[in-house]
Amino acid sequence: MQSPAEIDLHSGGVIGLSWLMIALPLLGAAVLMLGGRRTDRWGHLLGVLMSLGAFAVAAASFVELLGMSPAERRREVGLYEFIPGMADLGLLIDPLSISFALLITGVGSLIHIYSIGYMSHDHDRRRFFSYLNLFVAAMLLLVLSDNYLGLFVGWEGVGLASYLLIGFWQFKPSAATAAQKAFIVNRVGDFGLLIGIFTIWTTFGSLGFREIFSQDPGTASSGTMTAIGLLLLVGACGKSAQLPLQSWLLDAMEGPTPVSALIHAATMVTAGVYLVVRSGFFFEASATAQLVVTIVGVATLLAGAIIGCAKDDIKKGLAGSTMSQIGYMMLGAGLGPAGYAFAIGHLITHGFFKANMFLGAGSVMHAMNDEVDMRRYGGLFSVMKITAVTFVIGYLAIIGFPLLSGYFTKDGIIETAMHHNQILGWLAVAGAGLTGFYMSRMVFMTFFGKKRWADDAHPHESPAVMTWPLIILAIGSIGLGAFLVLGNRFMTFLAPAVGLPQELPEFHFVSTPGLATLALVAVGAAFAWFRYGAAEVPVLAPRGSFLTAFARRDLYGDALNEALLMRPGQWLTRIAVFFDNRGVDGLVNGLAAGIGGTSGRLRRVQTGYVRSYALSILFGAAAVVGALLYVGNM
Amino acid sequence: MGETITFWVLAVVSVAAALGLVFSRKAVYSALMLGVVMLSLAVLYAVQDAPFLAAVQIIVYTGAVMMLFLFVLMLVGVDSSDSLVETIRGQRFWAVVAGLGFAVLLALAIGNAVFSPAAGLGRAVTGRDGNVPALAAEIFTRHVFAFEVTSALLITAALGAMVLAHRERVRPKATQRSLARTRFAGPQPSPLPGPGTYALHNAIDMPALLPDGSVAATSINRVLARHELDEGFAPTDPEKAALIRQVLEKDAAEDAEPVEGDKPIQVKDALSDENALSEEDGK
Amino acid sequence: MTTHYLVLSALLFAIGGIGVLVRRNAIVVFMCVELMLNACNLAFVTFARQHGNLDGQLIAFFVMVVAAAEVVIGLAIIVMIFRTRRSASVDDANLLKY
Repeated sequence: MQSPAEIDLHSGGVIGLSWLMIALPLLGAAVLMLGGRRTDRWGHLLGVLMSLGAFAVAAASFVELLGMSPAERRREVGLYEFIPGMADLGLLIDPLSISFALLITGVGSLIHIYSIGYMSHDHDRRRFFSYLNLFVAAMLLLVLSDNYLGLFVGWEGVGLASYLLIGFWQFKPSAATAAQKAFIVNRVGDFGLLIGIFTIWTTFGSLGFREIFSQDPGTASSGTMTAIGLLLLVGACGKSAQLPLQSWLLDAMEGPTPVSALIHAATMVTAGVYLVVRSGFFFEASATAQLVVTIVGVATLLAGAIIGCAKDDIKKGLAGSTMSQIGYMMLGAGLGPAGYAFAIGHLITHGFFKANMFLGAGSVMHAMNDEVDMRRYGGLFSVMKITAVTFVIGYLAIIGFPLLSGYFTKDGIIETAMHHNQILGWLAVAGAGLTGFYMSRMVFMTFFGKKRWADDAHPHESPAVMTWPLIILAIGSIGLGAFLVLGNRFMTFLAPAVGLPQELPEFHFVSTPGLATLALVAVGAAFAWFRYGAAEVPVLAPRGSFLTAFARRDLYGDALNEALLMRPGQWLTRIAVFFDNRGVDGLVNGLAAGIGGTSGRLRRVQTGYVRSYALSILFGAAAVVGALLYVGNM
Repeated sequence: MGETITFWVLAVVSVAAALGLVFSRKAVYSALMLGVVMLSLAVLYAVQDAPFLAAVQIIVYTGAVMMLFLFVLMLVGVDSSDSLVETIRGQRFWAVVAGLGFAVLLALAIGNAVFSPAAGLGRAVTGRDGNVPALAAEIFTRHVFAFEVTSALLITAALGAMVLAHRERVRPKATQRSLARTRFAGPQPSPLPGPGTYALHNAIDMPALLPDGSVAATSINRVLARHELDEGFAPTDPEKAALIRQVLEKDAAEDAEPVEGDKPIQVKDALSDENALSEEDGK
Repeated sequence: MTTHYLVLSALLFAIGGIGVLVRRNAIVVFMCVELMLNACNLAFVTFARQHGNLDGQLIAFFVMVVAAAEVVIGLAIIVMIFRTRRSASVDDANLLKY
């Protein structure tokens, strides 16, 4: 069978070289890791270069893809026949994957550049860049792979990079613990993903996207499809910090801020959304699985928003916001082809404005001696104008200020959800109102109001290498949403990959959900202004209501995990240890002791007296004679 | 008829001698008893048409093997009679049970077997000039290989005995000069004090007295003292008896941990030629 | 008549066996072993007579040869043990035990 991929590979087109996207950052990571201290002086430049190279390849591939007719925009690049007929290593360049690739390499490159400045004082900057490059390579493998096996390899690769980067400052016990927590929680999700992949293999006999998706969904029973969907969702929940596997994301903020921006806001955590959208084949065949996806999405978007409302740590607040926004994406991904484009669109715009805000937060922390408590900020607008302006742009984008990015993509999701199910829609609207509140709170506490700085804080604007990425991201935050959504541009672009809904949605600038959302956001923002902008913000966090405590404790997610999983697990372990010590070891040791004791007694037979031995010989001889006589007489 | 009488007489004699062999305390008696058994058996062989074996029995067994036994007994010490107290618990009882049981079983087996009248060896030796030439013909024809192998066995045994019994001289033989040097370098250059025959007693087993009237321990003759103690002839003087006992106990302790070179020689030491001369021998 | 010889042989063999078991003097034990060998020889000679061929006598002859060799080696060993351990008791040579 001649696949078009091979033709592409040999034709020498840019898409045929798309493997360079993965290879370049991987090479960078390898050189930086193996090179060690020798590469310290230019290591960060190499990392940036490799990332930019990958972006260049992605952009060129994108341009080439645009040059093709929509039906042809689905290119496979075969790389290596791993297990013939079962698992071939190959890349799939289609609108969906190239969108991700552009986001990853584009935002990734900006964050690489930003990190030069942010990590300039860190002793281990070279190691940081090697991990970043490793992450970019793994993430690209995840989204570009044309089969579930490659996807899984990339999936684990980003998990590893995430672990390494969260624990980058591993001398901090909290960072080391957070890294382990992220890794372990992700294990749960990966377990679900693995079983899902196994099920796909046994059901469809292949792991390649083309081979699976070209089959009739009716070949598998609806129960199997639901099972596959739910198992993939478990994987997505782990990676994207959705309920009930959300607990690791807030702790993951222990990592350096660029990491939080790149991995835990813009790219890796959205891998779950990618998985759900990519596997739409299964979800579209099972209404149950889709419903569960939307429920998870809505629950997480509310939970994240509530958590975001109470956090005083700026990065944790943003992390709650990330959870919430991914909840929106998940909700969109659960709505079928109508929601996919909005989900991915929101994913991309979120990648811009959330990275923007994280980097802005990093810039603020950089200026404030790594202070993360927003109660210690205040009035920073005047001292760091670029950071403040870009942050505010990101803020306006996320709350859905009209005509900015978030306005288009998030309202798209809300409207589609409303169309689909009124309850889901109104809950999403409520979440948008909460977003308005907590994001406004963050902006007011950080950039406006009175200065509540620590005595030794001397805030200053960050260097250009850090502000330029902010500016570029801010521009993306302004215009990208309108560009993607208006005229269904993105939806038609994605169509070859994920299909089109029966009727193309029309974007209404004035609609009931849209107006309701705007109103709620305005109320939330006004409330935040009333509480944090106009009023005095205490430097020490007040005790707050029951609800505040509930949100501060991450909705008791950790407590729940601890009570439900950790303690029973510990008990189980103790029981197993007890059983092992007493039962298994007891049996083995008892057997050994029994044999030892018996031998100890039996060896007393060996008295060393020849005469005793002779006596037994004589008895033996007598027995033989007796036996012979007996046999002879029979 | 003549054979029956011979058998019964010799059977009684040999069984009695065998029992004597087992039960006599002294090894020499045992050896003599064994000789009696062997001679009886030789006669029984002769009665049973085996004159050659009868001769070999007397020559090899009674002559060579028994002499060897007696030699070794002399080497090891004829006077050391065995204690007949059993040390392994239950050994004697079970030995008798097993031995008698074995004998009964064999007797039962023999009694159970149906024997035709003995064929006799007349036919086997006919035309072969009697027993000895007939045996010789068998040995040197059918069994010549086994016979040759036995010769190798005997040579090996002889060599083995030599190797085992041989003792390498590791020190040069003591000359008179070196002995004298050792004696004058030692604690007692003078002869040991003689027994107390000049003092109060007219007997060689009495210890000498020192000027203060106490007993001189070095004058006690160990061999005599031990013998007297064994036989129950302790000196009437309790002080002397205690002293003698003490000296003997000290000897026994040294015996238990033999110290190379300076050990008093006793009868057993006849084997160790090198220590033959020491202070004890003088008495 | 041969039955009597055989019973005598069995009796002597058993006495020898008991002697081996109850005596401690290595030389006496050895003598008892010789007694057992002689008892066997008697049985062989008797069987030769019973069956009317010379094989029994031949075997008895070879037994004597081997016994002679065995006595030589056995006594040499006893002498050697006596030299080193100052004892001819078989119970004293009991180091090879538990």
